[in-house]
Amino acid sequence: MATRNIRYREALREAMMEEMEKDSTIFLMGEEVGYYQGAYKVSEGMIEKFGPKRVIDAPIVEGGFAGIGVGAAMTGLRPIIEFMTWNFSAVAFDQILNNAAKVRQMSGGQFKCPIVFRGPNASARQVGSQHSHAMEHFYATVPGLKVVAPAFPADAKGLMKAAIRDDNPVLVMESETLYSVKGDVPDELEGGEIVPLGKAKVVQEGTDVTIVAYSRMTHVALEAAAALAKENISAEVVDLRSLRPLDEGTIVASVRKTHRCVIVHEGWPYGGVGAEITDRVQRLAFDSLDAPILRVTTLDVPMPYNAKLEQLCIPQTPRVIAAVKRVMARRSN
Amino acid sequence: MPTASELKPLYRQMQLIRRLEEEAARAYAQGKIGGFLHLYIGQEAAGVGALAALEKNDYVITTYRDHGIAIAKGMSPRSLMAELWGKDTGCSRGLGGSMHLFDSKNRMLGGYGIVGGHIPLAAGVAFASKYRDLKEVTLCFFGDGAVSIAGFHEALSLAALWKLPIVFICENNEYSMGTPLSRTMSVDDASKKAPGYGIPGDQFRADDVLDVRDRIRIAVDRARNESMPTLVELRTYRFRGHSMSDPGKYRTPEELEERKQKDPVHRARELLLKLGEKEESIKALEAEIEAEVEDAIKFADESPEPKMDLLEPTTYDGPFAA
Ligand SMILES: Cc1ncc(C[n+]2csc(CCOP(=O)(O)OP(=O)(O)O)c2C)c(N)n1
Ligand SMILES: [Mg+2]
Repeated sequence: MATRNIRYREALREAMMEEMEKDSTIFLMGEEVGYYQGAYKVSEGMIEKFGPKRVIDAPIVEGGFAGIGVGAAMTGLRPIIEFMTWNFSAVAFDQILNNAAKVRQMSGGQFKCPIVFRGPNASARQVGSQHSHAMEHFYATVPGLKVVAPAFPADAKGLMKAAIRDDNPVLVMESETLYSVKGDVPDELEGGEIVPLGKAKVVQEGTDVTIVAYSRMTHVALEAAAALAKENISAEVVDLRSLRPLDEGTIVASVRKTHRCVIVHEGWPYGGVGAEITDRVQRLAFDSLDAPILRVTTLDVPMPYNAKLEQLCIPQTPRVIAAVKRVMARRSN
Repeated sequence: MPTASELKPLYRQMQLIRRLEEEAARAYAQGKIGGFLHLYIGQEAAGVGALAALEKNDYVITTYRDHGIAIAKGMSPRSLMAELWGKDTGCSRGLGGSMHLFDSKNRMLGGYGIVGGHIPLAAGVAFASKYRDLKEVTLCFFGDGAVSIAGFHEALSLAALWKLPIVFICENNEYSMGTPLSRTMSVDDASKKAPGYGIPGDQFRADDVLDVRDRIRIAVDRARNESMPTLVELRTYRFRGHSMSDPGKYRTPEELEERKQKDPVHRARELLLKLGEKEESIKALEAEIEAEVEDAIKFADESPEPKMDLLEPTTYDGPFAA
């Protein structure tokens, strides 16, 4: 199959542009998305192609334009709302929680809300405590929302397309640290043009331990798996891709095979996606487990500015390797 | 000079809303309605008059104090009462309740419970109309309490910037819950905020339903023909507590009594008589309304409750996202 090697940001842009060409009800709105070409150049060239009617520069008013998106979605448009970063979605949280996620149910199914909220999520480089939040935990807990967090350009493109076509609010968690990462994007994605929401992917097969990750942490998990292979530990890496719907089937099947599970994600350990997966694995694969499930997360503190401390807080390969070795210590042979 | 024939349908709507809500209050006391119940009693001329300035394809969106607006936009009394009763036959199939009345067919985009949270949505609806070159107008109602919150300012700011076809209507009933205006707003008229956003403002008393219709129509026309938003403050007053649990101790009985003398529903009835409508014909209309209210209550009483299997399909369009 023909593939092209492109960057993650280009994959996102291609997805938006291809969908916008097909459907004139889709528009992109956010701060600096138009004339400035996007704070992280994701929307570069889009205003030239679609004009200011469909690529709309908004003032700094996240709650306002998130709400405008919801209202427009309720009455027939398909907005893509960009948050410059997900950190700033906190001031629009009410719109996402109380309106986007609720309007379908509180109207008894009379209204739907086909909207995409997107932007970079989690840590960047030394941007300090207010700009390093992993926000996915806050949103993935909300019924009525879908949340995806692609790690590779192919999934970024396929999931973005699926998000745009979905008739529910879908939140796309991108990563500033992944925007320049290159990867092969097939001209024809498996099963058509999209990557289905709610399907995880085994990105590395293994037999001794399952490492579950998503977004940039999938890359960290793969690095750890490569290092562990040299020590004869065979790690299977499951890239979640979607956080809600959560593909518990793929996770559980992997743990049934390996009998051990380590979960890696940014964001704090209290509650969160890792805690959710832990609950499901212990319930659904209790008899298969040979060791407690461990989580490798951002440390339980606000993100420090200092470069060394920051790196200590964010999950790194050595911490993943250490966690794997702890669960492997119970290897029965 | 207005005519009896143009006033009569508006009086009918106001009286219908009044009677439905009086019965809702009774049903609340009987435990048939749960949760919050915010009555519109005293404010009917505001909603009924404003909506009379709309065309069928125009939109309306409002707060939790939404019964009157929903009826004025065309919701059936059965659909309203069944929703208050939490029944499957209600407008939102019993999932929304008093505060969340939705009626997509009549372009009633809902009642919302977070103060000010729906105002940006309204701007979005107007945005969508403009995006598609449709000559639709959105009316957005909110209380005086909402003038303090970000959603109000953000929506006005964007609607003004992008010249959206919308009319923002502050129903100033002089109180937000138990707090009088003087302790929530630095100005005595919310429409004074309009010049700051570069849009026209208007302010007047919403006592006379025809007057409300005519003044709001100016703003509606401006939205439709010039795509220019307007901020209107309607001065009104609620005769009941904020919600059913509020005894209203923050105002004097004299103040309340004085306001009740200006009851807009009563006023419309008087005007009808003055315009030549016969007492018997008004009585006949009122009897019709009584029958309609009775029918709606019976319908709500006898309707089934929603089933659990409604929850999944109304949470997501398509398979549930576990
Ligand atoms: C953001 C938010 N804060 C507080 C409340 C609780 N609350 C509900 S109604 C209300 C008063 C609102 O008064 P006003 O806007 O004047 O509307 P009215 O009830 O008079 O129609 C308050 C404080 C809320 N629903 N939402
Ligand atoms: Mg008020």
